[in-house]
Amino acid sequence: MIRHVRFLGSPKPGEGRIWVIAGPFLWFMIFFVIPFVVVAKISLSTAAVSIPPYVPLVGWGEDGTLNIALHFGNYHFLLTDPEYVIAYLSSLRNAAVTSLVTLLIGYPVAYAIATTKETLRGPLLMLVIMPFWTSFLIRVYAWIGILKPNGLINNFLMSLGLINHPLDILNNQFSVYVGMVYAYLPFMILPLYSCLEKMDHSLLEAANDLGARPIRAFVSITLPLSLPGIIAGSLLVFIPAVGEYIIPTLLGGADTLTIGTVLWNEFFGNRDWPVASTVAVALIVLLVGPLMLLQHFQSKGERS
Amino acid sequence: MIADEPAGSSSANPSQAEPNGKGRECIPEMLTISQDGYQPWTDAGIEPQLRIENIVKSFDGFNAVDNVSLDIYRGEFFSLLGGSGCGKTTLLRMLAGFLTPDSGSLSMDGLDLVPLPPYERPLNMMFQSYALFPHMTVENNIAFGLRRDGVPKDEVAERVSKVLDLVQLSEFASRKPSQLSGGQRQRVALARSLVKRPSVLLLDEPLSALDKKLREATQYELVNIQQQVGITFIMVTHDQEEAMTMSTRIAVMDKGKIVQVGSPAEIYEYPQNRFVATFIGSVNLFEGPLVENQTDHAAIESDEWGGKIQVGRAIGYSLGHNTTLGIRPEKVRIAKIHDPMALANRAVGRMKDIAYLGNSLVYHVALQSGKVLKITSPNLGSTSDRQFVRDEEVHVGWAPNACVVVEP
Repeated sequence: MIRHVRFLGSPKPGEGRIWVIAGPFLWFMIFFVIPFVVVAKISLSTAAVSIPPYVPLVGWGEDGTLNIALHFGNYHFLLTDPEYVIAYLSSLRNAAVTSLVTLLIGYPVAYAIATTKETLRGPLLMLVIMPFWTSFLIRVYAWIGILKPNGLINNFLMSLGLINHPLDILNNQFSVYVGMVYAYLPFMILPLYSCLEKMDHSLLEAANDLGARPIRAFVSITLPLSLPGIIAGSLLVFIPAVGEYIIPTLLGGADTLTIGTVLWNEFFGNRDWPVASTVAVALIVLLVGPLMLLQHFQSKGERS
Repeated sequence: MIADEPAGSSSANPSQAEPNGKGRECIPEMLTISQDGYQPWTDAGIEPQLRIENIVKSFDGFNAVDNVSLDIYRGEFFSLLGGSGCGKTTLLRMLAGFLTPDSGSLSMDGLDLVPLPPYERPLNMMFQSYALFPHMTVENNIAFGLRRDGVPKDEVAERVSKVLDLVQLSEFASRKPSQLSGGQRQRVALARSLVKRPSVLLLDEPLSALDKKLREATQYELVNIQQQVGITFIMVTHDQEEAMTMSTRIAVMDKGKIVQVGSPAEIYEYPQNRFVATFIGSVNLFEGPLVENQTDHAAIESDEWGGKIQVGRAIGYSLGHNTTLGIRPEKVRIAKIHDPMALANRAVGRMKDIAYLGNSLVYHVALQSGKVLKITSPNLGSTSDRQFVRDEEVHVGWAPNACVVVEP
């Protein structure tokens, strides 16, 4: 009996697999792991007036001995200086609020698109993606025009006579939320849509048939089955939102403190690369930890 | 037995059968129809349970269901049979409440169904895809309907375990649907739709996803369960054998209309028109003018047959009317050319094809007119007088009472 048919030059079973994985692996090595190691290395140094502006970790002593100086003081500094703690907490809060609000707005939108006529779905999805065709910076700037004291909203409300003084809705926490929810909404809608669109409509019919009213059927069937979409969308929004720099800078007030702004200040204001690197490493640890936990529980849930 | 319910239960459906059959005298509707020869549709004194009257449903100007009326009686196993696009599923979905008829009325035990949403209708449906909730265990899938009705916790557990017993899935209660085989999923779907004790259960192609062997076994199991629980079953199917095996009555549908309603034997033996005759099993058709019509016999003149075809009874047409006769392949006899055949209708033909099916043989015999007659005969073993070869001259024939008049 012929068990394996092999053509000349064709790879053995499993042989090609390594090359398929090699591509993304290489990409990941060059653009994430190596830079991260460099950043982690810098974070263990101290600032100095030199080029590059930090003390090298490895050096030769005058007597020819090899000196390796690891400086963990930056991490301690990060934990004790309230400015950094506040920056982290407010970044996490911004990201959490953004994820929650984009979920609340995005879910109905994704649900509506997924349940509408098939011919309408394409154009509607296109409308969701369309903003990406314009520069991100310009779109954030546009919000300044909308929110400023004599901007669109205030002028409109005053012309209606609903308010006498312009509302203070720019350069504060509110405008940061508005900008972030606006910018990240598509990242929530798309994974939710792809999850909801795949849902078997007969499940809802079966629930109805068994006596569940539409709302009950939604809570018992649609919502739990769209959980993967909710998780994917929330992660896609939450992770970049934590490190967001442009929106808090442009739309936030002078007192808006986020990891992004702190990072910028350390790098370009103070020229303290080691502290800036420490901020970056701590951010990754902060985000990767919960992510790995989540993945762990998810795969456990699938197995059981 | 699901019907064995605790006292004071909210479900007071009189159709529930007694577990040991002792209730049969007082509730005649519960007789197992096919076994006892009980035929409520022949008794004018019995009210139908489900009344479908002049139902019309169209999609984009096309009538998917076209003025359909049907009466279905308590305890029946009723099949809607037809090819794809004949409107059978549309009709079923209107009964379930997923579609609203354009006109006509649906009522069950005097209750008008049309204005009721699916979740308020006292009937349940078993879906073709089963539609089991993938994130719930078998137990929770089955309990879902009971919980929606606010049945107390311990009663839910009791009824779920009883229905799991009925479909023999007790040890799978805590599995997820993805961990079950196709046949097991089918039974979970059945259990889930039965546990609420609906007065009528709708089944949309319940066996189509099973392989042939399992399907045949499940046909009997489904009929057994139906007789145990005494619920009216309405099944949609495209498989005529399935409909014949399981049903008390069959409604054959074509192009949104009901072509014929009757018991499996009626439909098979007396197909009303050409569509039914050819859809249910196969049939040889002969056409010709009516040339004789007496009280006890009649005849048509058929060129294809090459002479008169005798029919063993009177035909309700006048002389000269172009009449179509149908004769089932298994009712045609075949014999060697030297065997005399003492049948009123006989002819000589030439063997064209022989197919060996194991349990039976199929012959294609070309008549002198060129028409090919299909004949099946049981495989009785190959003795010399039953062994035919291609191109052999043979006698074919049938008794006058073996053929039926088929409307065009």
